[in-house]
Order: sequence, then C-alpha cells, then structure tokens
Amino acid sequence: MQLARVLGEVVSTVKDANLIGMKLLVLQPLAPDGAAAGRTLVALDSVGAGVGENVFFVRGREAAFPFYPAEPPTDAAVVGIVDHWDLE
Amino acid sequence: MQIARVVGTVVATQKNKKLEGAKLMLVQPLTLDDQPKGLALLAIDSVGAGIGEKVLVVIEGKAAGEALGKKAAAVDAAIIGIIDTVDVPA
Repeated sequence: MQLARVLGEVVSTVKDANLIGMKLLVLQPLAPDGAAAGRTLVALDSVGAGVGENVFFVRGREAAFPFYPAEPPTDAAVVGIVDHWDLE
Repeated sequence: MQIARVVGTVVATQKNKKLEGAKLMLVQPLTLDDQPKGLALLAIDSVGAGIGEKVLVVIEGKAAGEALGKKAAAVDAAIIGIIDTVDVPA
C-alpha cells in the first residue's frame, strides 16, 4: 500500500460494465514527510474518500478485492482514509 | 522479500473491512548498505515490529494476504519478519 492525497475525481460515461457506479479518484502518492512523490494515478474508491483527504491505496490484483463479488478491472483501489501518521 | 526499515505508524479509522484490526506501518525499503531506496510504502504488520527496526517485507498480494490471515484481503505488502542481522560476504 502507499500513502496518497486525493487530488480530484474522474468522470467517465462510457466504460467497462463492471465499473458502473464506481467512483474514480485521482491520487498523488506521498512520501512520509507529506511531499508529493511519484506519478499521479487513478484509483477506484472503496471507502468514500473525497478530494483533499489523505488515503492509502493498494495496487495490483488485490485492488479488485474490496468490491467482491464484483470484479472491476482495476489496478489500484483506495482502501483506507488516513487520520494521521507518526514518524520516528 | 525486501529489507526495509520501519519509519512510522499510520492510523486510519475508515478502512476496508478486511483491514480491521491490522496494524499499518510505514516502511522504507533499503539497499544492502542501509541506504533508502525508492518510495516508502505501507505494510500491514503481522510480527509486532516497532519504529526504527529493520524488517523483512513481502511486496506481493497473495503473500501479504496470508500474513494477515484473511482470504481475498485488499493488501499488497506485509512485514513478515524482524531482521537481526544481514551478512553478505564481500
């Protein structure tokens, strides 16, 4: 999983049938100090996250698991909203 | 598996059901000479690691799900060991 900030939402009308009703979020991965790190990506939302929130997301095949028994074709999914994180 | 150092803990109240009760740690992957390599990531902790400890991390979904003990859990990384020493003869 990785930390990320939700930058925005994506609206798509014509899409795979298994994506109907799913929310698409634009994410900016974050370094531990909160700075932007790496390329932005689009992920499915499974927790009701909104723009400006810090979240964490899972990559790969497991990204479809929160939507079981639906099997959306996705490679990234937001699986938690971060309250806070503490560093050493 | 990768060698990494635990650099932080993450608190998230609102999360996927399968992740309830899981401890979330921020880990920084390391090179063999202990230099940070790449972006820090979140891993669930199944061994009771603490901040500052050097750990073994699996970065693959099936292995991480098994470490959590739940089938079809939305995890892709897990701490599965605390490293005592790494010995690489020159």
